[in-house]
Amino acid sequence: MSLSDHFETIEINTDLLILGGGMSACGAAYEAAYWAKKHNKKVTVVDKASIDRSGAVAMGLSAINMYIGLKDNDNKVEDYVKYVKNDLMGITRDDLVANIARHVDSSVHLFEKWGLPIWKDENGKYVHEGRWQVMIHGESYKTIVAEAAKNALSSLGENGKYYERIFITEPIIENGRCVGATGFSVREKKIYVFRAKAVLDAMGGAVHVFKPRSVGEGLGRSWYPPFNSGASAYFTLKAGAEMTCQEVRFVPVRFKDAYGPVGAWFLLFQSKATNAAGEDYMQTRADELKNWAPYGLSKPVPANLRNYLMMLEVMEGKHPIYMQTAEAIKNIAGQIEDEKEGKRKLKHLENEAWEDFLDMTISQALLWASTNTKPEESPSEIAACEPYFISSHSGASGAWVSGPEDMAPEGYKWGYPNMTTVKGLFACGDASGASSHKFSSGSFTEGRIAAKAALAFCTDNNDIPEISAEKIENLKKEMLAPLETFENHKEYSNDKDINPNFVKPKMFMFRLQKIMDEYAGGVSTHFMTTKPLMEKGLEFIQYMKEDSKKLAAEDIHELMRCWENIHRLWQAESHIRTMLFREETRWPGYYFRSDFPKMDEENWHCFANSRWNPETDEWEMMKREIKELVKLDA
Amino acid sequence: MPSFVITDKCDGCKALDKTACQYICPNDLMVLNKETNKAYNRAAEMCWECYNCVKICPTQAIEVRGYADFMPLGGYVQPMRSSNAIMWSVKFRDGQIKRFKFPTRTTPEGSADPDAGFENGTDDIHSPLLRTEPQSLGLEELKNIEE
Repeated sequence: MSLSDHFETIEINTDLLILGGGMSACGAAYEAAYWAKKHNKKVTVVDKASIDRSGAVAMGLSAINMYIGLKDNDNKVEDYVKYVKNDLMGITRDDLVANIARHVDSSVHLFEKWGLPIWKDENGKYVHEGRWQVMIHGESYKTIVAEAAKNALSSLGENGKYYERIFITEPIIENGRCVGATGFSVREKKIYVFRAKAVLDAMGGAVHVFKPRSVGEGLGRSWYPPFNSGASAYFTLKAGAEMTCQEVRFVPVRFKDAYGPVGAWFLLFQSKATNAAGEDYMQTRADELKNWAPYGLSKPVPANLRNYLMMLEVMEGKHPIYMQTAEAIKNIAGQIEDEKEGKRKLKHLENEAWEDFLDMTISQALLWASTNTKPEESPSEIAACEPYFISSHSGASGAWVSGPEDMAPEGYKWGYPNMTTVKGLFACGDASGASSHKFSSGSFTEGRIAAKAALAFCTDNNDIPEISAEKIENLKKEMLAPLETFENHKEYSNDKDINPNFVKPKMFMFRLQKIMDEYAGGVSTHFMTTKPLMEKGLEFIQYMKEDSKKLAAEDIHELMRCWENIHRLWQAESHIRTMLFREETRWPGYYFRSDFPKMDEENWHCFANSRWNPETDEWEMMKREIKELVKLDA
Repeated sequence: MPSFVITDKCDGCKALDKTACQYICPNDLMVLNKETNKAYNRAAEMCWECYNCVKICPTQAIEVRGYADFMPLGGYVQPMRSSNAIMWSVKFRDGQIKRFKFPTRTTPEGSADPDAGFENGTDDIHSPLLRTEPQSLGLEELKNIEE
């Protein structure tokens, strides 16, 4: 009797399968419910956690970072496209960004109606943190959005279902079409086989691919959540989909160690960041920005260049770098002449500053408390975090998806909006690439766009694809292999974690993080790498791919950890291969190729795309042209 | 360890149909020990300190002791979350205490109506208009790139 016989297999048939439970998956479920009802279709959502608090907004947020203000003519759709394109040094899909931008305000207005408290000024307008950012009391942001998504699903009755605590391992592909996914329950001995007419990948970004700065207990205090483990990229890669911008990681600069947000300080409070001597490096190093023109000379200065100027300070030993919080507060409160009014303003600002952390990064409040830090009295250190894979912020990695029918240029559309190059497989949120700066509201919106398109695909492709029994058996066997490996070898050694026959997922993850850190431009090399370093890194990645067959799990929780790290490994490999392919440095504050230290507009003003070929097990690398809908301001 | 369970206060959610912290943890860390009937965090170094277990615990049995590899001892941040607001107590290492209260939602829990009173502008599944649009945009029609 094999181990898989102890597991019950549950087969579920659906029309649309939505994988994930974060903001984009909730947007997808919300939108899908409406169109599924009209067309009598079934919608199934699968989340590895519980939808109320899953995904990157699990803790809450203190701002909505994408709101255009179309109804009041505050901005135009193309203004947002310009902002995003400049921030990404010219590498973005105008059509995808514009598509999200023209719909995103609708989502924000819905959030407000559902109960999300958005700050208002005396005229009833949203209070802005910056041009695109609106302030919220966002502790319950995710629970409110999840509630609306669940209520929408329940309107479908038996045709709308969500499953929690199921970890998705692999896509199911038949004749080049994605027809479902396999997974297992992290609570019971159950294997799930989902069969679908269309599949929407919304499983978030990737964290813990690179070694974090903190490696003790603080390992978990990543800026993006540690449970975003690369499932999205793995899913589309294994399906054979073309990927884009897999080199465009994101390195956020945040308050040091606890990684509290800096947006409110920079934008709302107009705070400066300085080196240890109090010098504003954005001014003293302004000349450096000319080397990255035209993008470096635009306002706002791209995030990666702001990072880079700070990194230059650090490399010259001019740190600690400080957010000058006390000075910023003094500048605002000091303008008020009336003493009583001034005190009231100070109290108000203090409240806002603490809420910013308590809403979304509680650890940072805890760090302030444990170091007796009062922002109105003393500055706080900021630093560059480790790299993450997140296309919803200022990174761009993800699947190459079809653009909107009415906007996308030729070559950017091949059917349904947000469909990958694999038939029936759609992607949104951190799973779709080259459409950065969608944040929470844009991710929810992109989920809506993708789900509507996927349901249109279901109505046009209404056949139920057959999946061979042999394929299912193989997927099940592979899924449970780590449990089998542990059972077969555990008696050999006195230590359940140290055994020459297998590797446990935790050490496997540490090995990956060390490789990425040292060879692929992590924190300890100041994000610098070269061709020889990356080629060496790929050698070690190859050993890891072989050793991944010897991952071992004692229980189903550890089985999930095994699979998370297989997913991370694929994200890592595609990242190195794409950085290697792009022979230039374009985002110096994200990674720096010291063998190609300059930006090369002539040869590399293009997308670096990639595909793992499931037939040959080989990687294909290709350039794709940038087709602009909007020109950057001269 | 980041989130931890105060042994005396945890009753294993015996009155509920599921263990609250185990239900909510986004990283699958909180577990109920069936022998002692107490919950615990099984991998402190994978804890994001998201406080979702702290907020949901019906007996206030869960607190957070900041990551010891970079936080000095003595800080304490504890929430009390109701259906429409959250109250935070922040205790500094030097003993000073601050309290903050913020609203969390403007509508009754469970009441989120998907259409939120907006009308749907199209029945066409191939149209770019999404559910509740264009009304929820506050516009007569979808705005595209004008250039």
